[in-house]
Amino acid sequence: MLDKEEIRMSRTLLDIKNLHAEIEEEGKAILKGLNLSVKAGEVHAIMGPNGAGKSTLASVVSGKDGYEITEGSIEMDGADILELDPDERAKEGLFLAFQYPVEIPGVSNINFLRTALNEIKEYRQEEQISAKDFMAMVREKSALVDLDPKLASRSVNEGFSGGEKKRNEIFQMAMLEPKVAILDETDSGLDIDALRIVAAGVNKLKNENNAVILITHYQRLLDYIVPDFVHVLADGQIVKTGDKSLALELEEKGYDWLN
Amino acid sequence: MSEKLNNFIKNLDVSPAHFQQKAAERLGDLDFPTTKDEYWKYTRLGKLTKLELSKNADPDRLNLTKHIISNDYLVVVNGFIREDLSQYSKLDFEIDFLGSDRMAEEAFFDKSLNKKDVFASMNSAFFEKVISIKIGASKINEGPLQIIYVSKGEHIISNTRLFIEAGKSSQSEIIQTYITKESTNSFTNHVTEAYVAENAHLRINKAQLEDDSNALISTEQIHQEANSVFKINTVTLSGGLVRNNINIAVAGQNCETHMNGAIVTKKNELIDNHTFVDHQVSNCVSHENYKYVLGGKSTGVFNGRVVVQKDAQIINAYQKNGNILLSDHAKINSKPELEIYADDVKCSHGSTTGQLDDEAIFYLQARGISKDNAKKLLVRAFIGEVIESFENEHFEEYINKQLELIHGWNN
Repeated sequence: MLDKEEIRMSRTLLDIKNLHAEIEEEGKAILKGLNLSVKAGEVHAIMGPNGAGKSTLASVVSGKDGYEITEGSIEMDGADILELDPDERAKEGLFLAFQYPVEIPGVSNINFLRTALNEIKEYRQEEQISAKDFMAMVREKSALVDLDPKLASRSVNEGFSGGEKKRNEIFQMAMLEPKVAILDETDSGLDIDALRIVAAGVNKLKNENNAVILITHYQRLLDYIVPDFVHVLADGQIVKTGDKSLALELEEKGYDWLN
Repeated sequence: MSEKLNNFIKNLDVSPAHFQQKAAERLGDLDFPTTKDEYWKYTRLGKLTKLELSKNADPDRLNLTKHIISNDYLVVVNGFIREDLSQYSKLDFEIDFLGSDRMAEEAFFDKSLNKKDVFASMNSAFFEKVISIKIGASKINEGPLQIIYVSKGEHIISNTRLFIEAGKSSQSEIIQTYITKESTNSFTNHVTEAYVAENAHLRINKAQLEDDSNALISTEQIHQEANSVFKINTVTLSGGLVRNNINIAVAGQNCETHMNGAIVTKKNELIDNHTFVDHQVSNCVSHENYKYVLGGKSTGVFNGRVVVQKDAQIINAYQKNGNILLSDHAKINSKPELEIYADDVKCSHGSTTGQLDDEAIFYLQARGISKDNAKKLLVRAFIGEVIESFENEHFEEYINKQLELIHGWNN
């Protein structure tokens, strides 16, 4: 018999099999048979050259319009999510930190997060959060990424600096406590201090029950968030998988040697 | 008189009062405008002008609790002032209900109304009594005075008339709410005249919640003296045909003029706002912001006219009109009309029309908010900018409540 710890460790949170996806309007194939299995407690890094399909993978998994899945499957925690709307995937525990967080004038960060949190809780048939508990949570979680609590009450991302936008993404991740978080180039445009803060936030949030997928161009993020696996995505497929040393090798040699 | 107009007013008696007889005579030379008239280019009146309408002094007691948002309120049902349903103290506002013979003695009454305007003239010919509100010099009114206009019954015409004189250095607010009780195929033809004396502050908040088979035409004729501040906010959340003609003559220096509009539709509404600011003298500021959220097969019209007269220097006139079309069948006609005859003037205008931002919808969805709720949040934020500028919490609350009741928006 397996002990409890082992059962938990073996739980697969995201299982992508033979995924083929194309851009709907152009009919252009981007993902061409991608396989990826992510278990609870793991950190995966996906690296690869421009145009390899890294951001498409993030968009397709989170359910963005404009892509057609022509083959393959995506399961989250054992359930097929391909037919779910983006919000339903979020309610199932998926989180996407955007490469380019959208500015939404007039919608306050707090207001929208509370709406999101309560919709998620309703979906999971959990009790709604009280205003008081919610505000306490905002204070606690914004401290995690050193985000000025004043920013939390401003309009979503409006007038935020690049670094503040990325920290706001991780703050939202902290508020929503996802099972699987995909961080799409969260390191891009960050100076080293901001990168450290964001990475520290992610490290505090990761535990044996959730998983983090880092999509990144650069090895430097992986100095701060240490991955269990590093995958190379090229031309729509994972062409190589290794441990964190692979990232260093990529940094040194580029991607050409893989072909 | 045209046959159409004759037919339209055939059930209405004219009072023997000289003023109203004169107005009725004027109607003889007038006709309903058509879309060939530039001023009515986008608004067809065919359906309205074919209605057979009559007056009806409805005596019923009405429960208006949900619509009362001020301690002082007047109720007007089908154009008849209902003192029995009203409640007000004369301490703050000097309120009188006067016939045209008494009103004709007022220096500013009817003076600047366009006598060629068929609806204004019709109002002058057929109003019952004028609500005359005077705010004494230096009087500061904390609470607003609300006037609730109720349409009740079928095929009813109401000609309602309001006269406001905001005395020197006074400060006050008037709320006008237009609501219905089992009302269909009816027409409210309203005229407000306001004289804003030197250094006075006057704010008018209007909420228009007409039935979708009803028409409402509202003409506001405003005169501002030096150092005065006038602000008018118009919210239209329903109504078959709603037309607002706001005409503001800025006759004194150092004035501020604000016009805001929030329009939300979902069916076949036609909501038309024509505003006109006439900067006659120097050193004034006017700000205008109208936002439309149009759904279903509705139509919006925005026409913002600003005139800066010769020698009216150092004018800052700012106009903004933003529109969101929620359906492929909704449309908006937006037109700024800037006529500037002075040279040291800062005038700006901007008009934007679009759908909701797909990227923003996806962003909200990715956080667990359903597409419908994401759209509502975005639309709410869009129109919220206008609603939050109303400077009256109770009025804002009332509008939010009506948005929930009429359009299913919750906060």
